[in-house]
Amino acid sequence: MGQHVTAQGTPDYYIPQPKPWPIIGSVGLFCMALGAVCIFNETGPGWPLLSAGVMIILYMLFRWFGDVIAESEGNLYSKRVDLSFRWSMSWFIFSEVMFFAAFFGALFWARVISVPDLSNLTHNEYMWPGFTAAWPSAGPGFTEKFSPMGAWGLPALNTFLLLSSGVTITVAHWALKVEKRGLLNSFMFLTVLLGAIFLVCQVIEYGHGYSDLNLKLSTGVYGSTFYMLTGFHGFHVTLGAIMLSVILARCLKGHFKPDHHFAFEAVAWYWHFVDVVWLGLFIFVYWL
Amino acid sequence: MSAVLDPHGHAHDHDDHHHTPTGLMRWITTTNHKDIGSMYLWFSFVMFMVGGAMAMVIRAELFQPGLQLVNPDFFNSMTTMHGLIMVFGAIMPAFVGFANWLIPIQIGAADMAFARMNNWSFWILPFAGSLLIMSFFMPGGAPGVGWTMYAPLTSQMGIGMDLTIFAVHLLGMSSIMGSINIVTTILNMRAPGMTLMKMPLFCWTWLITGYLLIASMPVLAGAVTMTLTDRHFGTSFFNAAGGGDPVLYQHIFWFFGHPEVYIIILPAFGVISQIIPAFSRKPLFGYASMVYATASIAILSFIVWAHHMYTTGMPVAGQLFFMFATTLIAVPTAAKIFNWLATMWRGSLSFETPMLFALGFLFLFTMGGFSGLVLSLAAVDIQLHDTYYVVAHFHYVMVAGALFTAFAGVYFWFPKWTGRMYDETLGKWHFWLSMIFFNITFFVQHFSGLAGMPRRIPDYPLMFETWNKISSIGSFGFGLSQLLFLYIILKALRSGEKAPALPWEGADSLEWTHLPTPAPYHSFETPPVIK
Repeated sequence: MGQHVTAQGTPDYYIPQPKPWPIIGSVGLFCMALGAVCIFNETGPGWPLLSAGVMIILYMLFRWFGDVIAESEGNLYSKRVDLSFRWSMSWFIFSEVMFFAAFFGALFWARVISVPDLSNLTHNEYMWPGFTAAWPSAGPGFTEKFSPMGAWGLPALNTFLLLSSGVTITVAHWALKVEKRGLLNSFMFLTVLLGAIFLVCQVIEYGHGYSDLNLKLSTGVYGSTFYMLTGFHGFHVTLGAIMLSVILARCLKGHFKPDHHFAFEAVAWYWHFVDVVWLGLFIFVYWL
Repeated sequence: MSAVLDPHGHAHDHDDHHHTPTGLMRWITTTNHKDIGSMYLWFSFVMFMVGGAMAMVIRAELFQPGLQLVNPDFFNSMTTMHGLIMVFGAIMPAFVGFANWLIPIQIGAADMAFARMNNWSFWILPFAGSLLIMSFFMPGGAPGVGWTMYAPLTSQMGIGMDLTIFAVHLLGMSSIMGSINIVTTILNMRAPGMTLMKMPLFCWTWLITGYLLIASMPVLAGAVTMTLTDRHFGTSFFNAAGGGDPVLYQHIFWFFGHPEVYIIILPAFGVISQIIPAFSRKPLFGYASMVYATASIAILSFIVWAHHMYTTGMPVAGQLFFMFATTLIAVPTAAKIFNWLATMWRGSLSFETPMLFALGFLFLFTMGGFSGLVLSLAAVDIQLHDTYYVVAHFHYVMVAGALFTAFAGVYFWFPKWTGRMYDETLGKWHFWLSMIFFNITFFVQHFSGLAGMPRRIPDYPLMFETWNKISSIGSFGFGLSQLLFLYIILKALRSGEKAPALPWEGADSLEWTHLPTPAPYHSFETPPVIK
C-alpha cells in the first residue's frame, strides 16, 4: 500500500508506493533504441536487442497499468486524483497534437514553399531545367512515374469508419453512465471492431500504393509526407485500438462506475484525437 | 480543516513505510519528490562536469592558432556534445530538480501529482545520457553537426548520429512527462487558499515553462524523426532533389529551439524572484506584472524562431516580422529586470552567496540581453551570424543567466534541503572566481566575434590569437572554480554547521514559514491553509 493524504477527513491524495516499473521501462527503452540503431546500420545484435526491449516495455506496461487498475478499483483515487488524471491526459494529447503539427508543417512547407521554389526561374535555369511545380510532387530529382493516392476510395471509407467509431464510443459512454452494461459492452466491441477494420483498410491501401501506384516512402517529398503522416496516424490508431481493447476487457469484467471511469474517458478522448487528426489527413493529404 | 503545523516538528507522526526499499533500490524506485529532486540535481552536476570537460578541450585547442591537440572531427564532436549535454543534461535537469524539490513544498502539496511517473522522468535521463556518450565510441565518433543538428550534414554522419537522435527522443519523453507532472501539480495540488496569484513566482515560471516544454519538445521529436527517416528510409524531407528542403529542418528545429531558450531561462527568473526579495527583506515588486511578463515572453517565444536563420534566406518581409517580434520580447524582459531593481530599491540588502549570484545574474543577464537585441536586428545579424559574438551572447544568458541562478538556488535552499549551512567564505570565493573568470572567458569573445572569428572552427587566423588566449585562460579558471563548488557542497554535507530554522530572515514562501529545517521526508501530509 502506498500512503494516503487526507483533507477534511476524506482521502485527498494518494502517493503510490515505490515500484520497479519505471526503471524497467527505462531499460526497455534503452534496449529498443540500441537495437534500432544496430538494425538501421546493419551491425551488432539489432533484432535480439529490439525484441528484448519491446518485451521489457510490454511487461512493464502490463504490470504498471495492472497496479494502476488495482489502485483505481481499490478506491484509492479520490476526486482530486481524478482531476489530476484529467489535466495530465489533456496535456498529453496537446503534446501529441504538436508532434503531428511538425509533420503537417513539413507537408505545408513542401506544398507551399519548397516545391514551388524548386521550379522558379533560378532553379529552372541552373539546377533543374524543365521542372514544374505541381502537387503531388516527388521533387525534380525523382524520375520514376508514380500515381498519388486518391481520396474517394478506401480513404473515404476509412473516414466513415473512424467517424462512426467516434459515435459508437460516445454511445458506449452514455450507456456506462446510465448503467446499461449490455449496451456498453456491445458498443465498445463495435468501436474496437471499427478501429480494427480501419487498420486493415490502411494496410490494404499501403499495399495498393506500393504494388499498383509505385508510391513508396522514398517517392520524394510526397511519398515521405504521405507515409509518415498516415503511418504515424496508423500507429496511433493501433495504440488507441489496443487501449480500447483493454477498456473493453475491463468493461466485461465489470469495472467502472457511472461516476468513476476516468480510464474509459481518457481512451475516448485519445480516440477522438486520432479521429480529428485523420480528418486533417483526409483533407490535406488525400483530398486537396 | 485547520491544520496547525509546528515548524519545528513533524505535523504528523507517520507510520513509516513498512516496506520502503533501502540502499540503491530506494533511489531507483523512490516516489518521493525530494529524493527525485536530489537525483536530478546530482545528475545535472555530473553532466555539467562532463560537458565542462568538453569545453576545456575546445578552449585548449583554441589556445593558439593551428591544430594542436585534437583533430577537427573530434573538435566538431566536442562542440556538438558540449552543447547537447549542457542544454539537455545539465541546465534543464537542474531546474527540473529545483521544481521537484520546491513546487510541492511551495504550494503546500504532499508530493508531485504523479509520483511514480516522476521517478520515470528522472530514470530515463541516465540512459539517454549514456546513449549520447556511447556515440563517442562508435565508428565515426560522436556526431560533429553542432547541437542544432542541421540537415543535410546530419545525413552524412555515422552511427553516432542515430544514437544521438534516440537520445533526443528519450530526453524529450522525460521532459514531456516531467512537465505534465509539474503543470498538473501546480494546477491541481495547491493547498486550500493558495490561489494561483498567491503562488511564489518560481511556481508561476515553472507552470509556464511546463507549457512551453509540452508544446515544443514534440516538435523537436518530429524534426529528429524526419532526420532519422531521411538517413535510413529514403524519405526526402530535407532533400531538395526529392522536393524537400534543408531549410525546413531549420524552421522545425527553431520552432522548438527558441521556446527552448525560454524553457531554460524562465525557471531561472523564478529562482531570482525568490532570492532577491529575501535578501532585500521586501516583497517582490510588481508580482502581477512579473506573472504577465513571464506569460508574454512565453507567447512571444513561439513567433520569433526565424531570427536564428536571418542568413539562411527568407523574404525581407519575413526578416522584418521576426525582427520586430524579437525586439518586442525585450519589453516584458525589461519589465522583469526593472521589477527586480525596484525590489532592491530601499531594501535592507545583505550580500550572502545566493544574493551575490543573483546580482551576478542580474548584471550579466542584462548584458546578454543587450547583445541579444543587437543580434535581433536582421541587418546587423548578417554580419555577426555564427561568429563568436553569438557564442558570447548565448553564454551570457546560458551560463551567467541560467547556471549562476542554479548556483544561487542551490546555496539558497541548501539549508532547507539538508539542514546544514555551506561555508559562506568559500561560497563568496566561488562567486567571485566564477564572476571574474566568466567575464575573462566570454567578454573578449564579443571582440573576436565582431572582428569576424567564426564559431565551431578549430583553427583561426593569427589576428585572433590574443583574444583567444585570454578566453582560454579564463575558461580554465572558470572550470577549476566549479571544482570549488563541488568541494563546498561536499564539505557542507559532511560537516556543515547546523542550519537555523529560518536561515534567511527575508524568505517568506511556504517552505520557509510552514516547514522545519531541514524539510522532513514527507511534508504537508495535511495541507496547510493559506490565508
